Amino acid sequence: MNIYEQIAGNRRATWIIVSIFILFFLFAGLGFDVYYGAGVPVFTIIALLIGGISGYCSYHYGDKLILSSTHARPLDLNDPKQKQWQNVVEEMSIASGIPLPKTYIIDDPDPNAFATGRNPEHSSIVVTRGLLDTLNRDELQAVASHEMSHIRNFDIRLMLLIAVLVGSVALIADWARRGLFYRSERRSSRRGEGGGGAALIILAIWLITVILAPILSQIMAMFVSRRREYLADASGAELTRNPLALASALEKISARVEPTRSINQGTAHLCICDPKGSKMGLKEGWSADLFATHPPINKRIEALKHMAYVK
Amino acid sequence: MVGWIILGVLVVIVLWLIAVFNSLISLKNQVLNGWKQIDVQLKRRYDLIPNLVETVKGIMKFEQETLTRVIEARNKAISAQGIADKAVQENILTGALRQLFALVENYPNLKSNENVSKLQEELVSTENRIGFARQFYNDIATKFNIAQQTFPTNMIAGMFGFKQSELFEVAEAEKAAPKVDLNINK
Repeated sequence: MNIYEQIAGNRRATWIIVSIFILFFLFAGLGFDVYYGAGVPVFTIIALLIGGISGYCSYHYGDKLILSSTHARPLDLNDPKQKQWQNVVEEMSIASGIPLPKTYIIDDPDPNAFATGRNPEHSSIVVTRGLLDTLNRDELQAVASHEMSHIRNFDIRLMLLIAVLVGSVALIADWARRGLFYRSERRSSRRGEGGGGAALIILAIWLITVILAPILSQIMAMFVSRRREYLADASGAELTRNPLALASALEKISARVEPTRSINQGTAHLCICDPKGSKMGLKEGWSADLFATHPPINKRIEALKHMAYVK
Repeated sequence: MVGWIILGVLVVIVLWLIAVFNSLISLKNQVLNGWKQIDVQLKRRYDLIPNLVETVKGIMKFEQETLTRVIEARNKAISAQGIADKAVQENILTGALRQLFALVENYPNLKSNENVSKLQEELVSTENRIGFARQFYNDIATKFNIAQQTFPTNMIAGMFGFKQSELFEVAEAEKAAPKVDLNINK
């Protein structure tokens, strides 16, 4: 898959995901309106508004939100190690031919890095102090190339939208569940509703959807995120022409098991390695695959070594 | 009816011509920009070298020969004309710099000098930037050349006189690389 196919694929995925979420918001809102039977579809409008506003805000301000929530601050170029990081990022910007992203650092001893933003012109790369202390120059360059690929492929935009939409789905589902139980209590105390079997089935489907939506949207986010990691590894290696440096960087990062505390669950899928620690990253198999934000690190290292004809 | 169909086909052909022509122009400019980027990075290296030599001069009194060679190589590289000559001179300069850094390893007080290690990092980065700028140039020039050679774009490229871009030949430069001690650790 070349870079243009990747970008086109990402654009498609962005649209599909946004449409699925819009449908869900419509579905959740409509169900409520039918159930409550108000003349105006108030809940549909509210649900669509929540989805629309959070989508818009995430597109324009999501990166700033993420940067401030992780306490990221601009690099101090007088520090030799930070200057070196700035240099490798600039090198990768030349190699990939995209504008130089803004660079930030987090004071966290655990090695990790992530990229965010809405397009290559508005993008940031964040690194933890631990990563700078753990890796040598070649490995830092490899990590920078991986993040640069996320930016170049527009992965950052897709991930930003997903993060916020998953959040608002959880919000609406929660809100719908509470309202529903409140309502049904009141209703059953009054009289047996003569809605018939069909209405009951539809209600049941709606209920199941609303309850399962947060989990399903999580799984979908994880699925999308995992596929992007292999691609970013591969196109990062294409930039540095040195897949082994990325492999050894991943080995060093995964050797440190502590979780990255300053990076919370919402930002996990942006990182180069799962910030929850190594537990998920090392496990293989179906259930681990379903809920992990990243593919097992062994598989990634294997794929990279394969690229360098070491095996 | 037939008139409309012919008109429609003509419109489609013209639109297609415009699109192909514009994409070729955009590629051509990316190639030019890629070439400029190499020059920018080479300039960065020329500017760094006098600084470095100035910094280590005092302590490396007994290595005058190496220092002179670095400066000479730099001046020759600046004045080199043509891609082939430039590549040869740049490689001699790279070799001279590597030798200088190998010698720095012998001077513990230089190695621990903050200014020296800063300059060393800058030069390593500049070497990489030059390499990546060339890599990017070659990639984009190859894309431009392929676009000019494949059907049906080649007809339009021929019509408007687009020319193939020259690639940066690494093999050519490698042959001219001087024999130096490469056993240095960054």
